Amino acid sequence: MKRVMGYCDRWSAGPGETVRFKVSCIDTTAYEAQIVRLKQPDAGKLATGFAPEPVEADCNGGHEGRYQPIPIGGAAAVGPHVALPGGGCFTLCGWVYPTTPEKGRQAVMGTWCEATRSGFGIEIGADGAFALRVGGTVLSSGVRLVARRWYFVAATFEAATGTMVLWQEPRTDHDFHPVDGAVVRGVAGAYGRTAHGFTFAAWANGAAEGPSAWGGLRFACHMNGRIDSPRLASVALDRAGIARLAGDPLDAALGRNLVAAWDFSLGISGETVSDIGPRRLHGTTINLPTRAMRGWNWDGTETNWTRAPHQYGAIHFHDTDLADACWADDFSFTVPEGLRSGVYAARLTTPDFEYWVPFFVVPPRGVGRSKVAFLASTATYTVYLNNRGRFLSTTTERYQGRVTVMDDIDALLVEFPEMGLSTYDRHSDGSGVSVSSRHRPMQNFRPNGRHWNFNLDLFIIDWLERLGGDYDVITEEDLHTHGYDLLKPYAVVLTGSHPEYDSRDMLDSFETYLRRGGRMMYMGGNGFYWRIAHHPVRPGVIEVRRAEGGVRAWDAEPGEAFHAFSGEYGGLWRRNMRAPQRLFGVGFISQGFDHCSYYRRTGDAADPRVAWMFAGVEGELLGDFGILQGGAAGLEIDAADWGLGTPKHALVVARSENHSNTYELVAEEVLIPHGATDAVINPDIHADMTFFETGQGGAVFSTGSIAYAGSLGWNGFDNNLFRLTTNVLNRFKDSKPFPEPGA
Amino acid sequence: MYQFDKSRVDLAREFKAAPFGEHSPDLQYLLNILRAPRPGPFHVLLIDRPGERWTLGLMEPGRAPVRTNMVFTDLAAAEWHVFRERWSVLAGAECPVV
Repeated sequence: MKRVMGYCDRWSAGPGETVRFKVSCIDTTAYEAQIVRLKQPDAGKLATGFAPEPVEADCNGGHEGRYQPIPIGGAAAVGPHVALPGGGCFTLCGWVYPTTPEKGRQAVMGTWCEATRSGFGIEIGADGAFALRVGGTVLSSGVRLVARRWYFVAATFEAATGTMVLWQEPRTDHDFHPVDGAVVRGVAGAYGRTAHGFTFAAWANGAAEGPSAWGGLRFACHMNGRIDSPRLASVALDRAGIARLAGDPLDAALGRNLVAAWDFSLGISGETVSDIGPRRLHGTTINLPTRAMRGWNWDGTETNWTRAPHQYGAIHFHDTDLADACWADDFSFTVPEGLRSGVYAARLTTPDFEYWVPFFVVPPRGVGRSKVAFLASTATYTVYLNNRGRFLSTTTERYQGRVTVMDDIDALLVEFPEMGLSTYDRHSDGSGVSVSSRHRPMQNFRPNGRHWNFNLDLFIIDWLERLGGDYDVITEEDLHTHGYDLLKPYAVVLTGSHPEYDSRDMLDSFETYLRRGGRMMYMGGNGFYWRIAHHPVRPGVIEVRRAEGGVRAWDAEPGEAFHAFSGEYGGLWRRNMRAPQRLFGVGFISQGFDHCSYYRRTGDAADPRVAWMFAGVEGELLGDFGILQGGAAGLEIDAADWGLGTPKHALVVARSENHSNTYELVAEEVLIPHGATDAVINPDIHADMTFFETGQGGAVFSTGSIAYAGSLGWNGFDNNLFRLTTNVLNRFKDSKPFPEPGA
Repeated sequence: MYQFDKSRVDLAREFKAAPFGEHSPDLQYLLNILRAPRPGPFHVLLIDRPGERWTLGLMEPGRAPVRTNMVFTDLAAAEWHVFRERWSVLAGAECPVV
């Protein structure tokens, strides 16, 4: 099948700004590109017909293409330096924590080049034991490593005699698990100098044909596991000398024999690996392996790496790390002046296949061209990118309560695992994925397929288009960068259906906006739930440490709850004293995916403060219809909680009911398991449609449900939820201030 | 401990009537058994036309799904088909509810 994939360098662009598209072809060398405006999702016959609107652009039309591989796999590298041993004596040592010793050959560190079969290094061999590789000779410890235990490993080579020695020394780990060490000796011939330098957790493998993650090279033999405190000397030391080489502080007596002493606890938030030795052989990480990881010497006295970085000197490398596919640009699109802000995409096609690369056209910075802004949930989109667990996990069907649905684009992840993982997945060694990047092709950021996040948010766009299309689109990524100034021009800001992930700067911006009279419509469920950290210099790269509580696919390991990118404590905003109820009145209470329900008006709906909301709205039940499994209340739902911060004057104007068995209380609400945790028997599980005034004339309306957006267009937009939601939007656009809270 | 009981055809009837939404406790127990991870391929529904047509697929972990010749225009019908297939595996005989 002739197929095409792609991604772009930026997700938001204003007039005059250029989006660059990177494309890879599979079994073809040609494809068509067409820039389109997206005004609705592709959602079948019950929804607005899918009609992407062509946009005139120079890049439209036929293009030549080629296959571009994805250089996946974490590593670190130091460039070539004359001090790196190139045939003489050496001692190499460090702490290593293998996580998949059974996987086969895995590089630990050295100058070894897999392509030229030259250099030296320590690796994990096919037998699962440490091995010393010197030129064409390999010396194995012969003792299989145990996964997830720290080892001190050291290797020496005496050039005059060819003597090579390898030490494999397990560290006692507060238990009685039998772990053996070894010391082995052998004789090697000469080895040569390699051109690329020194690498950690992968071997250089010659020049890359196509994209390279570093230095124009390919890499091979990626290791899963941690490396801490690697050291290199240009002399063959005995065991006592090795202890001095590995010691802290550095032994001055090593003198010129010390080649490098890398300290991974320095610069944890960035990508530099620092050499604290006199030669300063600094290097760089490749594909963002995980930093701020417990080192060999972590003793539990400190869980915040910023206060004890010396205990966090480990980098955890994975063969599934991926920061950037590094594809070459293929075509570009410069946003013309006058093009409406909105949701756009490059539609890439072959005769057999269709692939979408969405992006957002935003207004000029600081300018609002409408009273209304739709805030695209780009942080959440990024965190979810290429979520393979949803359809590759055999447990998904149990919690979703229905057979998993997927399509040909989803299946790309099976065929091309190098597209990388989402933060809902685990690395190949079982470690949770804490970093996600949008600089790669992606399977679940498109207007078709399963209705979730971006695709589902297009139902909100569909509704705004129905109302005349008077809205701007802005993005969370820009909100993190520009803060409150991005929201300031607007009378009302609408969120997406699932704005689950927020940085502190994003929450601060919402609060500032609301305190200055802004109005927000929280159009979904399970929003403002997890804290995230943006990479300090790479746009579109986000870290999430899933600490302590919350519905989560994995949880942070002990002592690893603080983000590497920011140094901030991760986990639920609720555990950072900023539960979503504080700003938006509601917070995550339950999820279920088999069936969506409806809201019933409450007594609060008759309050004169919301008379405008219900003008012309008929029926006791609201949203008892919808494209998303039959109702407006469902998938992931939020409830008011006065103990967690719902303002005391908030009105719960409608409350959902009749949810199914698959709707279970969120984990953070179940401290002592009691069995009464599903919606059939637990009255706490419901979605609360909520309204309150915020002062300075501002207000908040929260739907409390992801499925809500899927009901707006039901019956050709002739329904009570459409009417109610439109009433809210119109009132929020009206500059007439809302009364002060409690007035 | 709850175990599969092929005499409980009342649960099959209940599921057929309403595959989505609230189930009786015993049906929910049964579904937890039917949906439990087990070795071998598991069922997926492959979208042919969004919201309109799906083909039943079988997928081994880590492998692309393989299409069957079962095509559905209604997700409830697809759920019922999969329910019956799994029932027959556990019961060693076809589900008597059709």
